[in-house]
Amino acid sequence: MTFVKIDKKQWAQGLATLQKSYRLFGPSKEKDYYNYKALDVGEQPDFGFSNTRLSPKAILFPQSETIIEFSLDENAADHHIMKSIETDSSPRAILGIRPCDAKAVRLVNLNFDTPEYQDPYWVKALDATTFVGLACDDPKSTCFCTSTGCGPYNEEGLDLLLIEEDAQYLAKVLTDKGRAFAEAAGWNTATDGEADIDARKATAEAKITASVSMENLKNQDLMDLHGASFWEDIAFACINCGTCTFTCPTCWCFDLQDEVHGKTGKRMKNWDSCMFPLFTLHTTGHNPRGTKTQRLRQRFMHKLKYFVDKYDTGIMCVGCGRCVSQCPVNIDIRRVCDLMNNYKTDEAACTVQD
Amino acid sequence: MLNPYLPYPVRIDDIEIATEDKSLKTFKFVFLNPGDEEKFAYNAGQFAELSVPGVGEIPIGIASSPVEKGFVKFTVFRAGVVTSHLHNMKVGDIMGLRGPLGNWYPWDLLEGKNILIVGGGFAFTTLRSSIIYMLDPENRSRFGNIDVVYGARTPGMLLYKDELVAWEKRDDINMHLTIDAPADGWEYNVGFTPPVTEQKAPQGDDATYAIVCGPPIMIKFTLPVLEKLGYAHDHIIMSLENRMKCGFGMCGRCGIGKELVCKDGPVFTLDQINKTPKEY
Ligand SMILES: Cc1cc2nc3c(=O)[nH]c(=O)nc-3n(C[C@H](O)[C@H](O)[C@H](O)COP(=O)(O)OP(=O)(O)OC[C@H]3O[C@@H](n4cnc5c(N)ncnc54)[C@H](O)[C@@H]3O)c2cc1C
Ligand code: SF4
Ligand code: SF4
Ligand code: FES
Repeated sequence: MTFVKIDKKQWAQGLATLQKSYRLFGPSKEKDYYNYKALDVGEQPDFGFSNTRLSPKAILFPQSETIIEFSLDENAADHHIMKSIETDSSPRAILGIRPCDAKAVRLVNLNFDTPEYQDPYWVKALDATTFVGLACDDPKSTCFCTSTGCGPYNEEGLDLLLIEEDAQYLAKVLTDKGRAFAEAAGWNTATDGEADIDARKATAEAKITASVSMENLKNQDLMDLHGASFWEDIAFACINCGTCTFTCPTCWCFDLQDEVHGKTGKRMKNWDSCMFPLFTLHTTGHNPRGTKTQRLRQRFMHKLKYFVDKYDTGIMCVGCGRCVSQCPVNIDIRRVCDLMNNYKTDEAACTVQD
Repeated sequence: MLNPYLPYPVRIDDIEIATEDKSLKTFKFVFLNPGDEEKFAYNAGQFAELSVPGVGEIPIGIASSPVEKGFVKFTVFRAGVVTSHLHNMKVGDIMGLRGPLGNWYPWDLLEGKNILIVGGGFAFTTLRSSIIYMLDPENRSRFGNIDVVYGARTPGMLLYKDELVAWEKRDDINMHLTIDAPADGWEYNVGFTPPVTEQKAPQGDDATYAIVCGPPIMIKFTLPVLEKLGYAHDHIIMSLENRMKCGFGMCGRCGIGKELVCKDGPVFTLDQINKTPKEY
């Protein structure tokens, strides 16, 4: 059973059955955009989207997550002793996650699940989640996933891949988790889909015309790129709003903060951003990335150079295009990537000319 | 799965005012749960997150030494929210300790070598840990000559004064204490750390390593002195500071290039530092 077909008439029934054993998340329309949400019983995911405004990373890595709790009541036996919160690890599934966002989860996992340290809250959430992808037949002009080792039919990080057809979904079962999910839904009509998929995949990939070059990034000298002349120019219009890092499915930086209500308190993991001055401000007032140019450079250097050097799995960007379409001043990672990729080669070319 | 966010519960066992201006205090902690001290096994040069529930966490170098058992010590400068709160806490109070974190001075590499330690101001905490470690009868023979240049503004601003005086009297460690200006009863060097280093420190060679910790201004003027004395950049070892939260390489804020100060550091050689952006 590699492919099953799901008659759209059986879709709602299957989801209703699934909701007995899974918490379902799916895209939903809010005003004029889409976002992922926890689906109520009987609620359908709305697949009429190209991609959501925010990535689904919050389902695994909430914008604000309580991880530790404690009592400050001196009369309590365990006062001031910090205890880990048991976060919800019941099975959940993300319906209709795009292949780019699924690959992004794999990249973020490199940060949270390492040989030396594991973030237990992330690892538990990831284990509990089934990724039900939705192939992307109508990519946007800002998409460039085919350049990033991903693609509109990419299977990495997915348990099931759904391909929408007129009256049915074709589901490609990719993992045991995916198989268990399909079985739990009662979707068991095996079919043959490979040929169909190949043709549709080729059509979808051909629609993605934006591309970036990154073949030189690895060999560029880190300090040369850091000292490159183009950073001021790129950063000129940036207002350090943090939209790019907030919407990005691969950005993982966070803050730890305590909050106290009466005599009980909690410690939270909150999303943070390298675009904010407080991110790096020392108590002495010294700030190693005190200017917006330094902060913008950090974002791009991290994604396109430090990450490339550290993990050797390509860039820390899946080409979803969110930062490109939502940056208020149109800073475009595709242009920055090209500038970084071609840095010395361009300069050498100029030198030869004069 | 171990939870790296969860601190070990500890009790404040002792608080000592460490400098005459009371801006530094040394806190001695004992672990509440049996077995936690063993899990906290550390090396000289590492740091920990002192975790005050409801207030926050701060990365602080471990000032006690792996050869001292039954407690851990930290010397904390009153600087901002968490450090000020800590300064107001009392013996017996319960809080948390996370770690040990980061790398340490490269003790394997340093075996059989001469060691020069240069410290300034209150950045002497992990240097104290290191000296106690090297002077331990089990360890002393593993190292060559040990020279220590340590400077502060006034005699009263030197940390761990009783120990410094005791080390002065030993013949297996060469102490070069200094203060900025002459003071009554002061019988050691007078002058800033860099010139005293220039006069007193041994020449650099393949078998001699320098460990340098201090305020940025001291570092700035000490490095050229060490170069002049013949210390190669990969024989100069430093400990960096950056704002930190997690301390184990996940929250992303302490990066200098692809290195994270909390996990790949805080200890780096000058050679390594020269190959990373100056974002500390
Ligand atoms: C590896 C390492 C070892 C250190 N060792 C010592 C030591 O032995 N003794 C000592 O007195 N100080 C040490 N510091 C500096 C100490 O961590 C800061 O002074 C302290 O975090 C300030 O916290 P605060 O809450 O009082 O200040 P606030 O400015 O109110 O800080 C709020 C929060 O910001 C973060 N933060 C702010 N500044 C720094 C900083 N420079 N470094 C790291 N985090 C920061 C902390 O999470 C802190 O809780 C060390 C720092 C590092 C990185
Ligand atoms: S979204 Fe654009 S303006 Fe906002 S911080 Fe990012 S690059 Fe700067
Ligand atoms: S950097 Fe931009 S295009 Fe790349 S994954 Fe993040 S939001 Fe998408
Ligand atoms: S302090 Fe979190 S990555 Fe270094």
